Amino acid sequence: MGLFDRHAGLLEAYRDVRTTGADPFQIRMERVLSPTEAVINGRKTLLVGTNNYFGLTFDQSCMDAAIEAIRAEGTGTTGSRIANGSYSEHVLLEEEIAAFYGMKHCMVFTTGYQANLGVISTLVGQGDHLLIDADSHASIYDACKMTQAEVVRFKHNDPSSLDARLRRLGDRPGNRLVILEGIYSMLGDSAPLKEFIDVCKKYGAYVLVDEAHSLGALGETGRGLCEEAGVLDDCHFIVGTFSKTLGAIGGYCVSNDPDFDILRVTVRSYMFTASLPPSIVASVRQALRVVQARPELRKQLWDNVATLYDGLKAQGFKLGPEHGPVVGVHLPDRMAAVGFWRAMLDAGIYVNVAVPPATPNGVSLLRCSVCAAHTPQQLEHMIEVMTGIGRQLGILSGAPRLRVVAGNG
Amino acid sequence: MPDLGTGEPLLRTAHQLIVENDDIAVTLEAPCQTSRIDVIGEICHHLAPFQASDRPIVGETVIAKDLTIDSLAIMDMVMELEDRFDVSIPMNVVAEIQTVDQLADTILDLRAKR
Ligand SMILES: Cc1ncc(COP(=O)(O)O)c(C=O)c1O
Repeated sequence: MGLFDRHAGLLEAYRDVRTTGADPFQIRMERVLSPTEAVINGRKTLLVGTNNYFGLTFDQSCMDAAIEAIRAEGTGTTGSRIANGSYSEHVLLEEEIAAFYGMKHCMVFTTGYQANLGVISTLVGQGDHLLIDADSHASIYDACKMTQAEVVRFKHNDPSSLDARLRRLGDRPGNRLVILEGIYSMLGDSAPLKEFIDVCKKYGAYVLVDEAHSLGALGETGRGLCEEAGVLDDCHFIVGTFSKTLGAIGGYCVSNDPDFDILRVTVRSYMFTASLPPSIVASVRQALRVVQARPELRKQLWDNVATLYDGLKAQGFKLGPEHGPVVGVHLPDRMAAVGFWRAMLDAGIYVNVAVPPATPNGVSLLRCSVCAAHTPQQLEHMIEVMTGIGRQLGILSGAPRLRVVAGNG
Repeated sequence: MPDLGTGEPLLRTAHQLIVENDDIAVTLEAPCQTSRIDVIGEICHHLAPFQASDRPIVGETVIAKDLTIDSLAIMDMVMELEDRFDVSIPMNVVAEIQTVDQLADTILDLRAKR
């Protein structure tokens, strides 16, 4: 048996997707022009699938900070924090994130994936119990494979399903750790966090919330769903990423636990990989300042979300359950999703295709992510294009519903 | 931050009460003794949509191989079975299960240990 034989099924499905045109998983951005536009296949394309929620990738102050840091400290750290030491800026960034959350401790990782992978797999071990939402991100699932703890899934966003699983553990020894996400990455829906926290308290379970998609977007000051739901003090661990709202790369975990720092010498994804380069640390520090100084970006983001979500809904598209910076558009199957995606790309609009097994319940989606920097005109154009394609492909049926589309822009 | 290591007596009482209530609910719904037939029947019911050919689903059916079900759908089915029979099957245990028989045995074992 050849090394790749086990992937035969996937290879075949992937070939189907590729042979009929552009490959949705290997798009080349020939030139990125701004947070909302790039040149793809030689044409200027609107970007609505890049998780760039505040559009900070081209923020002048963040770019300047990064350039200055490269000149001052070079391009890379060439090793991990435990081997090569921390630069002052790593420590300052950690202090600033901790202060942002009002927590005592923060650890920064080279990606959010590594933060989840390392922290979750290290917090629980043999004899402990890890309870994860069924729709958890791949980084959380991968952490489950790296721990000796018993892992049980509960139904997505269903506190009573978590309650049943914690109840069944009864008096069995071992810590309970529950993993939730602020905003889920495929359909843009939020966890009923308050209800989940109540269940966790009832059974004395620890809670870790991944705010990857909610940092900046939710909460009075952008701290995410934990802040929005008023339960910051009840969340034992908050994980997040610099790769979305903050427009760079990297991950973090904050906590008030007095022993938190022991993770610096136990979490392998922190210890055995190079630390973030000075330019990234500098731009992230600046981006965090921008998030705090410019709350209007949050409002612009949600205004844009309303424009896109309500506009698509009015045209009859089946969407995720609620407004969110991610707008998931349901399509009947994998090939319909790929076909729709390709037609959109031909029309100059880039979104993501999300198909099984990467999606919950085997759904096929066009995954759109909204940016504060999108103009209402860009989004209205997108709705028009999608409506046209939807009708051509027979996905939108019947006469268009006559309804005024409110563009809150 | 609360000290989660120590159980609070008040919570414990409430927790015990709920267990009892739920047990009554389960007793009302299903016979006390869950038979192997019931469990197999329930599993087959969940697997029916994934039947690949005319071959019936039996105890020896290898779930991931003989049927068109993918790994995520298997985990989702397990979640339904967990709630139906009021047991939790850890993911690493699910990963070891191959056949309908093995899944049924796992559920019955876990029920017996409750
Ligand atoms: C929910 C969730 N957690 C973690 C990550 C990982 O983030 P990063 O891109 O920093 O590795 C992502 C992004 O893909 C995500 O969607």
